[in-house]
Amino acid sequence: MHYESDIREPLIGGNKSYHDITLDVVRPIETAAPKAWWVVFSIALVMFLWGLGCIVYTISEGIGVWGLNKTVGWAWDITNFVWWVGIGHAGTLISAVLLLFRQRWRMAINRSAEAMTIFSVIQAGLFPLIHMGRIWNGYWVFPFPNQFGPLWVNFNSPLLWDVFAISTYLTVSSVFWYVGLIPDFAMVRDRAINPVQKHIYKILSFGWGGKAKHWQRFEEVSLVLAGLATPLVLSVHTIVSMDFATSVIPGWHTTIFPPYFVAGAIFSGFAMVQTLLLITRKVFSLEDYIRVQHIEMMNIVIMLTGSIVGVAYITELFIAWYSGVEYEQYAFLNRATGPYWWAYWSMMTCNVVSPQLMWSKKLRTNLVFTFVLSIIVNIGMWFERFVIIVTSLHRDYLPSSWSMFSPTFVDIGIFIGTIGFFFVLFLLYARSFPVIAQAELKTILKTSGEEQKKHQD
Amino acid sequence: MAHTESPALVRALFTDDDVVLSAVKTLRDKGHSISEVYSPFPIHGLDKAMGLKETRLAIASFIYGLIGLTVAILITWYMMNSNWAMDIGGKPSMSWGKNMPSFVPTMFELTVFFAAHLMVWTYFIVNKLYPGAEAQNPDPRTTDDHFMIEMPAGKGVIPALKAAGAIEIIEA
Repeated sequence: MHYESDIREPLIGGNKSYHDITLDVVRPIETAAPKAWWVVFSIALVMFLWGLGCIVYTISEGIGVWGLNKTVGWAWDITNFVWWVGIGHAGTLISAVLLLFRQRWRMAINRSAEAMTIFSVIQAGLFPLIHMGRIWNGYWVFPFPNQFGPLWVNFNSPLLWDVFAISTYLTVSSVFWYVGLIPDFAMVRDRAINPVQKHIYKILSFGWGGKAKHWQRFEEVSLVLAGLATPLVLSVHTIVSMDFATSVIPGWHTTIFPPYFVAGAIFSGFAMVQTLLLITRKVFSLEDYIRVQHIEMMNIVIMLTGSIVGVAYITELFIAWYSGVEYEQYAFLNRATGPYWWAYWSMMTCNVVSPQLMWSKKLRTNLVFTFVLSIIVNIGMWFERFVIIVTSLHRDYLPSSWSMFSPTFVDIGIFIGTIGFFFVLFLLYARSFPVIAQAELKTILKTSGEEQKKHQD
Repeated sequence: MAHTESPALVRALFTDDDVVLSAVKTLRDKGHSISEVYSPFPIHGLDKAMGLKETRLAIASFIYGLIGLTVAILITWYMMNSNWAMDIGGKPSMSWGKNMPSFVPTMFELTVFFAAHLMVWTYFIVNKLYPGAEAQNPDPRTTDDHFMIEMPAGKGVIPALKAAGAIEIIEA
């Protein structure tokens, strides 16, 4: 009954029993935080507080404190928004798409990847809110009964589609994550000795007891949520790209945007998963669960999506030339050779050239190389959004209004703040949540455990 | 009120999922009824071996999705075309049909929103899961590496459980 081909690498290393998996997953929760955790947490907290200060300053003074001008009305804010939403794509892709394709290597990484998704979508959501200037009117983006006319939201606008897409994505990803967490919280609850801890995990675990009927429903709910989340993941960045693609700005008005943005999002999301998991597996000694094979698989996804992004860049250039529209041609010529050439070529190097190195098996199984590359990819993807947004805007139809954008300390501070906030959330998660979906992982121990595989006939 | 008492139960602990699955099959073949099995992870084929019906949550989710789609159609029609039709950029919103293509994203998102959230709420309600609920498993080991069969006490139950591989039997 339990059999898996010998060619397949074991997904769980060492000679583990069910109880060993429990112990390995629960260790970070039950033991005191290592010093390194406190150091990183303090740095992240300071960054977050600095960003919070910059946000308060922006709200009290108005967005005039940013580097925006009348030509470049969208810059770092929207760049950061798209960058964070993009990063938030890998988690649900791993847990939903890989579930539908029955890729069992997802089980060791889906929990953290989904946590990362939720935390990065929270960062993304901050930017449109702050950009409103009057953040206390933020709820106006939702259609609610009112006496302003009544004045309804405009369902023809891609910005409103974005409201619906991001809210649906954030909430559905969160419940998907939580449904999977409940059995693992129950495991922590049943082991807890400290009464305060026991009480907290009792609340979090919703009374889960692992009844046969509940597991049957659990699997059905996971499957249906995966089926719903798969088109949802693809829709979110498609709609984000429509914020640009439905406009009339040369460089934005491009039909290739939806697939190109989705590929870019998966590309950057997987890179961020690599960055976080390489640290997590080291700090919490999870090398037996998050194995080199997992890292290699993710590197292959990065290589593939990086290549799709590369093809998209080149297609854009070709179509700009082939269209014969001089405004379109100028927009792309200006990107590559204008005053922002350095941003364009950083993007090209980081996103198109560097992932091609992953063709070498030696490099894609090298952890230090993977870590460095994952950061390069995320820098590249930030530049991609900056290039698309700022270089298309700063030289518009009227040369008299051409201008340049440079960020103020507030722009930079808010960006740094979101990085800090993201890491604060992730570090708190890593210390208090089961970072591996242990219940799911136990189902594959007999087929994919290293020691168990040796005894299969 | 002596009759409201539940019949005596026997709880047997196991340490292997395959043993539990075959124990459930043999016990049921012998004519015993199984009230519950607690396990730390889903065991494939256990629901069939216990004779559980298939869950209808997927059907429920489909219906919730249809409700979401209907809500999206209604609110886009009411807000854009009926209650306060506006001329946006020289493109007046005169009829829902002509406006529909730009409502597709909203229709899709609300379908997913309703299908996912209402299904999860249903899942919590039918499983009686809520924040702070008492643990449903009688033995804390069943969320770690133990498996428990719960069945009504009766003649020959205990020897049958022992023969099926139970490591510990508790009479409750």
